[in-house]
Amino acid sequence: MIRTPLRPLARVLKARETGENPDLIERENRRLRQEAERDSARTRAEGRLLALALIFVCAVGVLGARMGLLAATEPVAIARGLAEDISSARAEIVDRQGRVLATNLPTHALYAETRRMVEPGRAAQELARIFPDIDAERMVARFTDPNRRFIWIRTRLSPEQQQAVHDIGEPGLLFGPREMRVYPNGRMAAHVLGGARFGQQGVRAAEVIGMAGAELHFDDRLRDPAQLDQPLQLALDLTVQATVTEVLEGGKRMLSARGATAVLMDVHTGEVISLVSLPDFDPNDRPAPPTEGEPADSPLFNRAVQGYYELGSVMKTFAVAQALDEGHVTPDTMIDTRGPLSWGRFRIRDFRDYGPELSVKDVMVRSSNIGTARIMQEIGAEAQQDFLRKLGLLESMPLELAEAARARPLLPERWSDLSVMTISYGHGMSTSPLALAATYAAMVNGGRKVTPTLVKQNRVPGGEQIISAETSAQIRQMLHQTVQEGTASFARIPGYPVGGKTGSADKPNPQGGGYIKDAVLATFASVFPSHDPRYVLIVTLDEPVDTTGAEPRRTAGWTAVPVSAEITRRVAPLLGLRPVRMDEAESALAVRH
Amino acid sequence: MRSLLYLCTALAVIGLAAWAYRENHQTQQAMNEQRALEREIVALNDSIRIQRTEWAYLNRPDRLRDLVDVNFERLKLVPITADHFGEIGQIAYPMPEHHSDVVESIEVFGAIEHLSADNSEEDAP
Repeated sequence: MIRTPLRPLARVLKARETGENPDLIERENRRLRQEAERDSARTRAEGRLLALALIFVCAVGVLGARMGLLAATEPVAIARGLAEDISSARAEIVDRQGRVLATNLPTHALYAETRRMVEPGRAAQELARIFPDIDAERMVARFTDPNRRFIWIRTRLSPEQQQAVHDIGEPGLLFGPREMRVYPNGRMAAHVLGGARFGQQGVRAAEVIGMAGAELHFDDRLRDPAQLDQPLQLALDLTVQATVTEVLEGGKRMLSARGATAVLMDVHTGEVISLVSLPDFDPNDRPAPPTEGEPADSPLFNRAVQGYYELGSVMKTFAVAQALDEGHVTPDTMIDTRGPLSWGRFRIRDFRDYGPELSVKDVMVRSSNIGTARIMQEIGAEAQQDFLRKLGLLESMPLELAEAARARPLLPERWSDLSVMTISYGHGMSTSPLALAATYAAMVNGGRKVTPTLVKQNRVPGGEQIISAETSAQIRQMLHQTVQEGTASFARIPGYPVGGKTGSADKPNPQGGGYIKDAVLATFASVFPSHDPRYVLIVTLDEPVDTTGAEPRRTAGWTAVPVSAEITRRVAPLLGLRPVRMDEAESALAVRH
Repeated sequence: MRSLLYLCTALAVIGLAAWAYRENHQTQQAMNEQRALEREIVALNDSIRIQRTEWAYLNRPDRLRDLVDVNFERLKLVPITADHFGEIGQIAYPMPEHHSDVVESIEVFGAIEHLSADNSEEDAP
């Protein structure tokens, strides 16, 4: 920087010539210099002030942000094992009335640190005494193996076992805290709950992760630290589930069926109130998946959700509903039922001859294959597929179970005219009992599509309108008639008007080709109370035989229907339904018609 | 003047330091207390859960059913069916309790002829 001199010679000389005072020049320059100095000092001070203010703003900002973060974090339930990297916490599962279905119990795992062991030989002997399945010699070998420093001995101990191990007094035997998943109701709702196992294991904690069913489907929700203290509330009702299981077990035993399943669903919300599949298992001690034999015979197999079967005549309801809804027929239209109905090499027969013609209503009530096939012939393949797709029967029915998405319906490779006819009465296409429950719910609830759910709902979801309310009312009346005077007369129970449709399907031969003789899958799809349906109940029995008569009877009317009727008789009061007189119900049905 | 300012500043610093020390100490104490409380909550939660589990286990449907069967002689419990519902009209009204407005009554003997005579006069058309 060039400094301006206070008394520049040129200006001083000039001033002297003109007789001015040169001191004035000096004073002027001094003033300018001071002003410049003052300006620079001010900017520097301003800069410092600004920097200081920024620092304060930052500091306060950090404090504020921290406070905001603390205020915004979700409160975390205080539970064991949360502080470690591995969290063993898992929320409870309760039924719709808050009764515990699955919970955790603190327990301990047993491990050994071999370097701290004093008497490995004696410890192994004592352990073998406490746990009979431990081989003392092999245990000694493991304890004294110089390459091993750490050995897991047991994943969970009972308090008595823990005390016994403690009494050995071996400092190398140590306990690690664990959470154990407990299903206090044993086998109840086993297929819904699934089961749990230990995941990643540490000394201080071990993850408890879902293995199947709802435990696996809701695994993230159940382990979410923010929702640990809120139990997962299912739509299931434990009392109803227990009753359904009891009756179904009795029915399965009496009719010597290979398996049985029942689904009870709310027709408006799609809540699954009860879901039973027999044989079942104990989720506390989940058996290993089968390595041989038919997987569908394993107790792990959930027949209601994974079991896609040809269900037979119960599917006629959909054919009739479609024909009514699209205006092809009215309930009183007469249908030609002369048989057998030939289509190429294929012949469609009825269970017995129903005469030359039946009204559409009687085709349902008497369950005529020929009649249904003829009705569907008019509708055609494309419209049939559209209708079934709208119902959700052409893909796997969703449910909050890990298994649900894996099972898919079997559909004909080519949707021929013959397929149209056989599918109309329930052959050539497979459906699961759960899907059947959801679609029957849509048939009778006024025609709205229902999505099955295992979680308790607080409001009725507005599903897509599939059939009109009038068609739904007509279907309700036909189902009611089927029970009153048709194939399902055993379903008449005092106090509760029931509507339903039977289905007895021959089981397809697993070796391929044709059907097995005398192997029937008997299904009864029912709704109650039939004048104002609240619940739909599907009961399916695998190869049941009623041997009380002169000759064995296998049709659903003799097998699935009585079992279903007993379930309804026991369960309806539990669901809080008031009994009604039959004439009241019939007049209600007639008014709606 | 200046020395007074220095003195004040020094005193303020000492005071603030003492305050900060106290706050720090109290915070640590509060944190210890919180940890102890958390431990207690965990222990209490555990025992609540164990008792809830035990309650659920003791009330499992299988066991209740067995108990009902075992105690059938005494309790005669049967599954609820439609027969157990009744009409509201089937319930009898409670018997009206007899109330008397007369208190401290004394027994009196005598004829009440004129009283009944008055009544009969009034009843006459």
